Amino acid sequence: MTTMQRLLQLPANAVNMVKSVQGGSQGQEEALSPVLTPDSGPQNWYNAVQPEELRHLRSGGTGGGGEGSEDRPGLEEGLTSLQSQPLRHDDLKEMLDSNKDSLKLEAMKRIVAMIARGKNASDLFPAVVKNVACKNIEVKKLVYVYLVRYAEEQQDLALLSISTFQRGLKDPNQLIRASALRVLSSIRVTIIVPIMMLAIKEAASDMSPYVRKTAAHAIPKLHSLDPDQKDQLIEVIEKLLADKTTLVAGSVVMAFEEVCPDRIDLIHKNYRKLCNLLIDVEEWGQVVIINMLTRYARTQFLNPNINESLLEENSEKAFYASDDEEEEDKKDEVAPLAKRKPYVMDPDHRLLLRNTKPLLQSRNAAVVMAVAQLYFHLAPKAEVGIIAKALVRLMRSHSEVQYVVLQNVATMSIKRRGMFEPYLKSFYIRSTDPTQIKILKLEVLTNLANETNISTILREFQTYIKSMDKDFVAASIQAIGRCATNIGEVRDTCLNGLVQLLSNRDELVVAESVVVIKKLLQMQPEQHSDIIKHMAKLIDNIQVPMARASILWLIGEYCEHVPKIAPDVLRNMAKTFTNEEDIVKLQIINLAAKLYLTNSKQTKLLTQYVLNLAKYDQNYDIRDRARFIRQLIVPTDKSGALSKYAKKLFLALKPAPVLESTFKDRDHFQLGSLSHLLNAKAGGYQELPDWPESAPDPSVRNVEIPDWSKCTSRKDRKEKKAEKPFYSDSDGESGPTESADSESDSGSGSESASASDESGSGSESGEETESEEEEEDEEEEKKKKRKKHLDKTKAKKPVEESTESEQSSGSEERKRGRKAVKNQKSASESESESESSESGDESEDESEEESESDTDIRKKKTPVSKQPPKQSKKESKKETQEMSLLDLDDFEPAPASAPVTPVNFMSSSLVSDLEGLSLTDTILAPTTITPSGSIKMYELLHRITGEGLAVEYCFSRQPFSPDPNMVAVQIQFTNNTNSETKNLHIEEPRLQCGMRIREFAEIDVLSAGESVTVVMGIDFCDSTQAANFQLCTHTRKFFASIQPPVGELMTPVFLTENDFKKEQGKLMGMNEISEKLTLGEKCVNEHVIVERVTATANLSRVPCGSDKECSTPPPPPAPVYRFAGKTVSSGCLVLVTVSTKEGGRAQLTVNCEKMLIGTMLVKDIMQALSQ
Amino acid sequence: MIHSLFLINTAGDLFLEKHWKSVISRSVCDYFFEAREKAVEPDNVPPVIPTPHHYLITIYREKIFFVSVIQTEVPPLFVIEFLHRVAETFQDYFGECSETTIKDNVVIVYELLEEMLDNGFPLATESNILKELIRPPTILRSMVNTITGSSNVGETLPTGQLSSIPWRRAGVKYTNNEAYFDVVEEIDAILDKSGTTVFAEIQGVIDACVKLSGMPDLTLSFMNPRLLDDVSFHPCVRYKRWESERVISFIPPDGNFQLMSYHISAQNLVAIPIYVKQNISFFETGSSGRLDITVGPKQTMGKTVECLVVTIHMPKVVLSANLNATQGTYNYDPVTKILLWDIGKLNPQKLPNLKGSLSLQSGAPKPEENPSLNIDLKIQQLAISGLKVNRLDMYGEKYKPFKGVKYVTKAGKFQVRT
Repeated sequence: MTTMQRLLQLPANAVNMVKSVQGGSQGQEEALSPVLTPDSGPQNWYNAVQPEELRHLRSGGTGGGGEGSEDRPGLEEGLTSLQSQPLRHDDLKEMLDSNKDSLKLEAMKRIVAMIARGKNASDLFPAVVKNVACKNIEVKKLVYVYLVRYAEEQQDLALLSISTFQRGLKDPNQLIRASALRVLSSIRVTIIVPIMMLAIKEAASDMSPYVRKTAAHAIPKLHSLDPDQKDQLIEVIEKLLADKTTLVAGSVVMAFEEVCPDRIDLIHKNYRKLCNLLIDVEEWGQVVIINMLTRYARTQFLNPNINESLLEENSEKAFYASDDEEEEDKKDEVAPLAKRKPYVMDPDHRLLLRNTKPLLQSRNAAVVMAVAQLYFHLAPKAEVGIIAKALVRLMRSHSEVQYVVLQNVATMSIKRRGMFEPYLKSFYIRSTDPTQIKILKLEVLTNLANETNISTILREFQTYIKSMDKDFVAASIQAIGRCATNIGEVRDTCLNGLVQLLSNRDELVVAESVVVIKKLLQMQPEQHSDIIKHMAKLIDNIQVPMARASILWLIGEYCEHVPKIAPDVLRNMAKTFTNEEDIVKLQIINLAAKLYLTNSKQTKLLTQYVLNLAKYDQNYDIRDRARFIRQLIVPTDKSGALSKYAKKLFLALKPAPVLESTFKDRDHFQLGSLSHLLNAKAGGYQELPDWPESAPDPSVRNVEIPDWSKCTSRKDRKEKKAEKPFYSDSDGESGPTESADSESDSGSGSESASASDESGSGSESGEETESEEEEEDEEEEKKKKRKKHLDKTKAKKPVEESTESEQSSGSEERKRGRKAVKNQKSASESESESESSESGDESEDESEEESESDTDIRKKKTPVSKQPPKQSKKESKKETQEMSLLDLDDFEPAPASAPVTPVNFMSSSLVSDLEGLSLTDTILAPTTITPSGSIKMYELLHRITGEGLAVEYCFSRQPFSPDPNMVAVQIQFTNNTNSETKNLHIEEPRLQCGMRIREFAEIDVLSAGESVTVVMGIDFCDSTQAANFQLCTHTRKFFASIQPPVGELMTPVFLTENDFKKEQGKLMGMNEISEKLTLGEKCVNEHVIVERVTATANLSRVPCGSDKECSTPPPPPAPVYRFAGKTVSSGCLVLVTVSTKEGGRAQLTVNCEKMLIGTMLVKDIMQALSQ
Repeated sequence: MIHSLFLINTAGDLFLEKHWKSVISRSVCDYFFEAREKAVEPDNVPPVIPTPHHYLITIYREKIFFVSVIQTEVPPLFVIEFLHRVAETFQDYFGECSETTIKDNVVIVYELLEEMLDNGFPLATESNILKELIRPPTILRSMVNTITGSSNVGETLPTGQLSSIPWRRAGVKYTNNEAYFDVVEEIDAILDKSGTTVFAEIQGVIDACVKLSGMPDLTLSFMNPRLLDDVSFHPCVRYKRWESERVISFIPPDGNFQLMSYHISAQNLVAIPIYVKQNISFFETGSSGRLDITVGPKQTMGKTVECLVVTIHMPKVVLSANLNATQGTYNYDPVTKILLWDIGKLNPQKLPNLKGSLSLQSGAPKPEENPSLNIDLKIQQLAISGLKVNRLDMYGEKYKPFKGVKYVTKAGKFQVRT
């Protein structure tokens, strides 16, 4: 039994334990099945629920604390006082314990319904959690729902479910892996943080983009659970940011924003990629990415309006008629500055603007808004206009959307009025609009008003004033006031209109008018004494405090214009003083003071009376004011010099108020954000930084490795640029423009790859696709022609080929035979032999010299120390041989290229012979067993598609000397045409993140009918993702892709049995996968098993030291075979154990830190063994 | 992002809650109730309500408040748009989005919410993907389920999420391959008292119902694409193709979806299909008023105007109406103060007229403003903008689909001021 199985049993046991604790005291009740006896069931339920609900009501009423904290003691109570209180939900427990899925499902549905209603179902936790491994998908899903809801409250019990998810993480199905990770990361239990961390890291390098997306989702969950993990999580984010798939992009940027929004440096390298992927990212991801890029751009690029913005400010100032001198000064400052630095937009800045623009057409309002704010904050003034249309379109949407959009439009329309002017009418108000929308529209209309359109707007306002919605009318009056202050020409008209409103029957309207008129009058009081008089009369009728206060202030301020009325008003007010509102009282005191100063004869007594009343007022503010004013205006002995200036203080000329929009300057918040909407900083809001003075180095965004880009992009094929060598360092030199272009190409390239040609995701322009199709057609025709040609030439060829292959295979066979008799070599050596006779000879010599035990040690060394000299020898010899063999004119030495084909160099009979021989060897001196028999050849390019060029490849299992972290791939080119093929080389590798390619040196000429074999190295990053690249000849380019079987991603490692066991002990738990299997009919002896395993994976056999397991009398009681290897690129150990049992059964165990590799390896080996 | 969601009906009952992160007490909704009370009308509840520790973002739809709780900065439109998507999904699944259907299908609702958000961030919002994950209930299936005990959760795992065209599920098969497109145009207009157009524009959508096997690649082209001023597309449409050639090229989702919406701006002349002669007056004395409305055809392009309805929100003081309609029926609801005149088909020979008296609350001052009229109408077989679909081509599949295009013109926010 494996650890995993043991773990799996745990939940059930533990649950039983819990149950027995509970069940002890209420066994009787459990015995009665509530399902069978419906009478008792519901009653229990009812009793149980009632107190629960009451408690809830209480907590809800006080609005205090979270439910979670209160539930805990409640639950404990429930458990301890079982006798007094019948346990709740017995029926549900019964159902959950039953064997029938349908009952379980029904119970889970009822529980979920309880959760949905907010009822507490936490006491069912033990009963529910054991169903986590239920086979029924719906039950499982509902259990997940339950778990995520209550795990936080029942941490200990929740742990019981973890093993199930851990197993799920290793499932070969990507969707199951993803959902396991999703639930695991949603369980907010602190103890499992390390497990989550591990799982996230694993999933971040999963082959499936969907799993990687889930990993990105899990990052913020873990971060909120344990912020200490931040540093590690940032590493994962950094890794995922480099991901090239659209599926991951949105999620990882979301994680970035939540965990480390200030690490803008992580974006540099991914900036262009994100820009290019943007259009294909799902809509929610687009919003997050665009918002993040806005912030990024603000830190990295220069202000495109650097010249205009200042001018604009000036012009606006001029409009508001502020002092001119200042303005002039500013201009003087600005002008030379602008001249000194002519603004040139960074191509990356342009890239962002260009790639976001089509998203204005999204159906998702959030995306449109995100693009709009990006343009508003980043685009040159001339280009911002395009967003207006899209924003106006959003106004047709739901009222909530309208509300948010209008808020933003209001802010924008202050800064850039011209932008929305053509859409003025779209902001006209309907009587059916909700009030909040009406008021916002009014705001926008007011912002848009100018000399040319004011008459239409005012006419429109006149209709609004008649509305039944009084709040809206009040807002309309204020809007008129604002128009009047801003636009001098209409001030009188507005004022007249407002005065007419003073006779309105609705008091609110009148009051609002008064307040607005007051503000307007302040601008030119002299001309309007009659209005002031009129308003003074109104004081008797108007009850709204603000309006009364306004009138009183007006009279006080302009008491000289109404010398007769003013004292009278004061007299009246004094009478009602005690009943007035505070603001009115203050204004009465104010009025009294002013009158006292101007007309003390008439008002002295009144003033004193008012001040006395105020002295005993309840409001301390009023008392204070009264005391202050009395000291100031009534001259006494004590009052100092200040009273002399009382008149100046009170009757100073006051500047007219500027009626400003409440939306002014709100654009310092990023538009579209919550903070902007509330006009207050919300938690987690990232400030939009100011433009930098000088642009930071743009080269940080250059990507060093000209990666996957350009590969499939057919445009490039047409263009056929001279390609730089792959590892050239000169890449940094290429200017930002160039690289930006190439990136954009790569973007389209990826798109066309992601969808089929015709169904391309639409990013390629139509013309392009069509022309491509045409091109393809042409190609097709050509192919046909060549095919005919080929058919003719074919007849000759087989003869040539066969002779050649015979020759080579013959020599190989001989050697092979010798070697087999002598000894078994390490896999690498024997293979190198199979490739080139020279190296084979050499290694043989070496091995003859050295003792058996040395071989093993040497093997470890070889890749490091011995390889280089060997290599050089090999090359030199090869060169000469190849010259003779292939008769090429000038053949450049290619590193590790082998001259002849390694295909099927042994006849099958020979293989079995050798196997028989090696059997004894392994017992004598167990070393590695090579995958005898054939090395599987894979087709890279078919003869037909390659237009006569056939390319095959195999995994030679030889260490790739230039870079030990790469897998050596041996490629054989065969020229089946009757003309020379020139300049065979690789171009434009398109690789998954982290993967690397070491190309073979270019093959200059491959003459007709010839074959050549080369070796290239690929670092697959321990994943089975395909490495894509283009194979180029002098005329054509072919798309090629090499996908490694998982077994080829490792290289053998020598371990002793003890070491093996020790290492195996370290890789338990999640890293261990074991499966039972039945061996195939042919897998009868040890030999076949070993052979099959090593053929599947590049592993070496671990010698069995003890005689128990591998003794001489065959068959041993329970032979165990162990194999060890490590992954090529990261060097993780891969340990495989096959233990056979009677009756052809066996157990296969793989221990590997990389769970994915382990999972896939198990699958492959199982298949190999059960055949 | 989105922390929790509460569903509240108009009576103020909280009938569903769902948390995506740790649980937030439902007492947080007290702030919502406060705002709800202040707003009087449900329409006027502010979409964003700040509370000391959280922010509530609310939408009101189908008599349900969707109240979401968020804790940190997030674009409000993001949340609003998502909540509407949730409501649309419910509608899609249950036929309507109402309190009853949600309560009846609470488990499916919960499963849907679980799939749509992960940790508060949208995960699967495409209806096609969701339907692969969780099958929508049908009468037949619910019967089969009760008998056999099988479930609503899809047995197969969804593949759509993994593909490059997430909106379409793989392996679609139909015996009848059909593609229908409805061009629906709505006229938004404000007419003033005298009948002149203050403002008019056309909002159009193209709704599609595509039932085609395999992976069809469709191209829809118009006779007069220049007409379209501003467009927005379903994610399946290729922007670039539109930009360069003005054709709509797309791989359609399976079933019903909105292909695009467009806008024909106020700058273009918009034909107004009807005219309204109205005279509503309230008398200072006698607490009564008079109403006389006649509707007639104006620019109908020779088509019949159908489903003509006039709605008037009367001032509060209007107690009852005693009217006489020459065509159709009228109804005055004294509680909501809404006068509804359902005319039906507009007959150009005999213009429908509604005439009579209104009785007002005695003693109350006469209303200052006359109520505006909201018009509803429908014209079949006509796109008022003149937009015409030229052709629909299919690539990528062999069979010949049945193709159909339908045009409808409706009144959108069509208001006549009086």
